[in-house]
Amino acid sequence: MRRAGRTVAGNRSGLSTRLVLGLITWIIVLIFFFPVFWMALTGFKHEQDAATDPPHFLFKPTLDSYSGVWDRGLRSYLEHSITITVISTLIVITLALPAAYALSIRPIRKWRDASFFFISTKMLPIVGAIIPVYVIVKNLHLLDHQLALIILYTAMNLPIAVWMLRSFLLEVPAEVIEAAQVDGAGVLRQLRSIIMPIVRPGLAATALICFIFAWNEFFLAVNLTTVNAGTVPIFLVSFVAPEGQFWAHLCAAATVACLPVLLAGWAAQDKLVRGLSMGAVK
Amino acid sequence: MTTSTSTVAPPAVETRHVPVRPPRRQGWLRRLPLLPALVFVVVVTQIPFLLTVWYSLQSWNLLHPGTKHFVGLRNYRTIFSDSIFRTAIGNTLLFTVAPVILSIVIGTCIALLLDRRVFGRGVLRTLIISPFLVMPAAAALVWKFTILDPVFGMLNYVLKPFGVHHVDWINTHSQATIITVLTWQWTPFMVLIVLAGLQSQSQDILEAARVDGAGAFRIFRSLTLPHLRPYLELGILLGSIYIVQAFDAIFMITSGGPGQKTTNLPYYIYEVAFRAFDIGRASAMGVVVVIATIVIATLALRLVSSLFSDEGMHR
Repeated sequence: MRRAGRTVAGNRSGLSTRLVLGLITWIIVLIFFFPVFWMALTGFKHEQDAATDPPHFLFKPTLDSYSGVWDRGLRSYLEHSITITVISTLIVITLALPAAYALSIRPIRKWRDASFFFISTKMLPIVGAIIPVYVIVKNLHLLDHQLALIILYTAMNLPIAVWMLRSFLLEVPAEVIEAAQVDGAGVLRQLRSIIMPIVRPGLAATALICFIFAWNEFFLAVNLTTVNAGTVPIFLVSFVAPEGQFWAHLCAAATVACLPVLLAGWAAQDKLVRGLSMGAVK
Repeated sequence: MTTSTSTVAPPAVETRHVPVRPPRRQGWLRRLPLLPALVFVVVVTQIPFLLTVWYSLQSWNLLHPGTKHFVGLRNYRTIFSDSIFRTAIGNTLLFTVAPVILSIVIGTCIALLLDRRVFGRGVLRTLIISPFLVMPAAAALVWKFTILDPVFGMLNYVLKPFGVHHVDWINTHSQATIITVLTWQWTPFMVLIVLAGLQSQSQDILEAARVDGAGAFRIFRSLTLPHLRPYLELGILLGSIYIVQAFDAIFMITSGGPGQKTTNLPYYIYEVAFRAFDIGRASAMGVVVVIATIVIATLALRLVSSLFSDEGMHR
């Protein structure tokens, strides 16, 4: 499609270059993917197969490590992660959709200032706020409480969601809304029967992006939670300096930790770049 | 459009928002949907920043309750004469600039390769984004043990034919380790952004240049690169914002060591606040980080503000 070999020789060299470049592409991509693959593979090993020299590529697979980490308490951390990310994502969408509406379909005056205020909050590093956040959370007796992370993750993701949803709402054709208005459809009806069907895929993609960021968050979680509200990355901290053979268990836990986001990310692939760039790249 | 109210027009190709001017009296009604989100963000993210400034003017250690008192700028004098703080500033720059440059260069190369007709493009795309999706804390531990372990690590095994024996990468090349892991994690992000840029390029212009006899390199330099510029700028801006806060990999792999070789500002603030519980000193450092970030982000944002226009960048 891109290559326009005009002579026979050009065509032949074109084909072989293409094959070589294709091969190089595969090799580079597989190198990048290797740690993920190796993590998933090692999770299915017996401990004696996990840390070996040379590494074992062929082995008798087992689910021992999975049941091992499950028994060691991964389950409750997983439950905390699910509760916290799902609730915070729901709140984010509930708050962000009306805000995005006010910044796009029926823009308020100074909508530009308001939009940039949201984006500017994402530029401030979280370390600049963590100390008061810790003190406030402590004084409210919310340390190691799921509510603390729900509130913070909601605030963390709101700017991204507002910008992303706004970029989807801007795609609703103006004529359609005008037509509805002429037809006498109220704001709620416009929302329900015109805007929602068009932005539903965008809404799903926004929710997935917020889920990904909240699920992977570590800094706030490690400072504000331990056992009672700790998320999955907090469970992984116990592997920083463990004793004995533990690689298979570590990789099993890591695979469980990564799987939901990998699936969500693969599902939202075509919208991923839009979410990561807060709607700047469509 | 006003005459055909029952039929829906084919979706307009270009996006634009409805140009309705709000009547004054409706102003608050219009603002209402915005308020919950705005109030939430202000309360949860902005008020703590103001409190950080207030805390930074106190002598306050959580291990000595009841000794909190106002000391003015003393914490700032302390941190600027603290050599670890200066080391942390240097490391923060290193751990931001190096991964951003490496990931944008490698990411652009991969995006160029993926933009061609290549067997299994969908699979390749799915595979390449994975390092960005996996939980950074989990990935850091997988790197620390299964890849970089001096005895059983995959890297030493792969490099054995080249005469590398049992190198303790994490201790002897601690900074390179952190840079590598961060680059590995952020390259996919750059691939996605650059790929979006490449796919928005007009094929007609490229074809015309080819017909005119321009070589592949010439086309890249004078057509593709200028077209990619805003995308590269965006990748660098967003990458810097996120990578400057790198914490997970440092916490999990090196704990800031050996010595202070991999201590960046987020990690040092974490240590001072949550290991030494010196709230005043940690807050002063937080304020310095925020001010530096505001200055840098304002400059960077002015540079790329056109990117966040209404139209966005289209594929």
